[in-house]
Amino acid sequence: MYRILEKKVLNPTVISITVDAPHAARHAKAGQFIILRVDEDGERVPFTIAAADPEKGTVTIIYQVVGATTRKLMELEEGDELADFAGPLGKPSEIEGENVVVIGGGVGCAIALPTAKAFHDAGKNVTTIVGFRNKDLVILEDEFRDVSDTYYLMSDDGTAGEKGLVTAKLEELIKSGQKIDKVIAIGPLVMMKSVCLLTRKYDIPTVVSMNPIMIDGTGMCGGCRLVVDGKMQFACVDGPDFDGHKVDFDAAISRNRAYMDKERHNYEETCNLLNKKEEA
Amino acid sequence: MPNMRMDKNPMPTQPAEERIHNVDEVAQGYTAEMAIDEAKRCLSCKHKPCISGCPVNIHIPEFIAKVAEGNFEEAYEIISLTSSLPAICGRVCPQESQCESKCVRGIKGEPVAIGRLERFVADYMREKGEAPLKAPQRNGHKAAVIGAGPAGLTAAGDLAKLGYEVTVFEALHTPGGVLMYGIPEFRLPKAIVQHEIQKLRDLGVEIVTNYVVGRSGTIEELMNDGYEAIFVGSGAGLPNFMNMEGEELKGVYSANEFLTRFNLMKAYKEGSATPIQHPTKTVVVGGGNVAMDAARCARRLGSEVHIVYRRSLEELPARKEEVEHAMEEGIIFDLLNNPVKVHGDENGNVNAVECIQMELGEPDESGRRRPIAKEGSNFMIDADCMIMAIGTSPNPLIRSTTEGLETNRKGCLIVNEDEMTTKDGVFAGGDAVTGAATVISAMGAGKKAAAAMDRYIQKNR
Repeated sequence: MYRILEKKVLNPTVISITVDAPHAARHAKAGQFIILRVDEDGERVPFTIAAADPEKGTVTIIYQVVGATTRKLMELEEGDELADFAGPLGKPSEIEGENVVVIGGGVGCAIALPTAKAFHDAGKNVTTIVGFRNKDLVILEDEFRDVSDTYYLMSDDGTAGEKGLVTAKLEELIKSGQKIDKVIAIGPLVMMKSVCLLTRKYDIPTVVSMNPIMIDGTGMCGGCRLVVDGKMQFACVDGPDFDGHKVDFDAAISRNRAYMDKERHNYEETCNLLNKKEEA
Repeated sequence: MPNMRMDKNPMPTQPAEERIHNVDEVAQGYTAEMAIDEAKRCLSCKHKPCISGCPVNIHIPEFIAKVAEGNFEEAYEIISLTSSLPAICGRVCPQESQCESKCVRGIKGEPVAIGRLERFVADYMREKGEAPLKAPQRNGHKAAVIGAGPAGLTAAGDLAKLGYEVTVFEALHTPGGVLMYGIPEFRLPKAIVQHEIQKLRDLGVEIVTNYVVGRSGTIEELMNDGYEAIFVGSGAGLPNFMNMEGEELKGVYSANEFLTRFNLMKAYKEGSATPIQHPTKTVVVGGGNVAMDAARCARRLGSEVHIVYRRSLEELPARKEEVEHAMEEGIIFDLLNNPVKVHGDENGNVNAVECIQMELGEPDESGRRRPIAKEGSNFMIDADCMIMAIGTSPNPLIRSTTEGLETNRKGCLIVNEDEMTTKDGVFAGGDAVTGAATVISAMGAGKKAAAAMDRYIQKNR
């Protein structure tokens, strides 16, 4: 069992938990992920490592409540235990390029943060662009400022930072002549896709962190397969980072919808159950 | 006087029309009377050819003699001398090509039902509630096992019996490997697998789950942690695809994914947290045991199921019994066909599998007749699900993170006659060495490696 040592509510649906998981903490690097099960009947769900402390043996993940499992996870408090917590999984991000732009969208910022930090710690020039729908959803602002040479906050409605999409800010930087060796985009598939469409136009190498459906996360099932450069790749072992200009995003977006009906059903069931428990 | 009846006592089985609606075990096992009667068919030959057909060399005539006397406890003790997992082997071993293929009674009739008797004895003892095994005296040495599948569990059991402090490192959340995620509940109930694993824990074997060697830690680190010898039984879990157009569509599964969802995650259960597609028409590609398992699972989810195999009935690599069970359950065999393309609808879901007819040419290096596509014979099978069961390869994670571990061109670890890899102190066995093979050959390799590891540690002490 894996004890939750710390829980922080970052915004109404985004939560950070730090878990006692020494094996996973020992080698965890930016870009890698873990797979957890909340309880004995739970499903296996991947979460990117937001931070890890090998000394203390802890791993921090940041998650958004989007379905039944994350809803159940939200119920857990400090001192509660998770049934399973395996990792680190996947390949670490490659920390190459002197002038990089790290782009985070929504809860994807939790994944973008350790990547930005890794580049920062390696002495690179880091520009971060993070985007949220509105000011209530903004997370990790101070943490990003700490690891960025320049930090841009964008919101869809202009209630936080500048109004507009992350791609608008990126294009502005490109047009202003800022030197950019590499762009790293982490967030919803549609956001990563539009970043890639933009950077392809300007021929800027772009890395994306893919988030397909996973079961084992160790390469034994191919549930997470993607089409990259016309070839099949398993995100859990060959990635999750890929050359964004080679990823077939439309296939990835379609595959991520495979169980939508069942997921919605499970979410409603779980919410009903938890609400009833609260009433009783 | 031995019972000279020519045929085996038949196995009571759940009727096909009932069992396709549940996941309960198909073969229901002998009663004590059936077992005693069958055991009496054994001639107790002096030269015991059956033993040579068993990869772990169970003392077959001796245990069967005890069954014939009705002394099931002593029969169990005899089996346990060489086998750690009899309830599993008795169920999933292909006895027809192993112990039973050597049985003298098989020359003029059916061989003695050795597997069914082994299963009966193990089940009898479990149901009776055998006393937990006592952990043996420790010898002060440490050994590690990577992977809690049949090879690793056998090696761990044997090493523990020799007094070693054994730790098994398993990547998934439950030990058992293919016994848990691959072979379905209706062939091998998961409660039985966990019972057998508990017996290993009783022997003092520690099992660390959620530990991915190559990521959570390396072989090098395990050696630094004081493990004097390491057994790699990481299997061949990397699924093969055909690299044809449309394999990325929704509804296309590797057999590993489909079976993992079904067996390990119990996705067939109402209200399961892990989803699985409930298809209406499924195409399973392949002809091995994994294809039969996947097809029969899909059938239990309510689907019509077609097995598409590129050779003919004669070359089907699956066990005959599994093919028969699949046929009884209404699975349709579309033989001498091969898929060439998967077609999908506007939402990215599979809606048809395009196949081509095949004919058999001359035998290839495997001795089987080579299938050759018939130009222009393409046709479509409408389907909303496709399961690829065309084999697996060893996962590259361990070899790519361990210096000095050499593999052949198929990615299988190279070992010497002592099951030692090219890295000193690191042994390997099972599918990680042979590529996908059988449960019992993995157990045999685990057994051989445990003995070699014992010799290695004792020599270096």
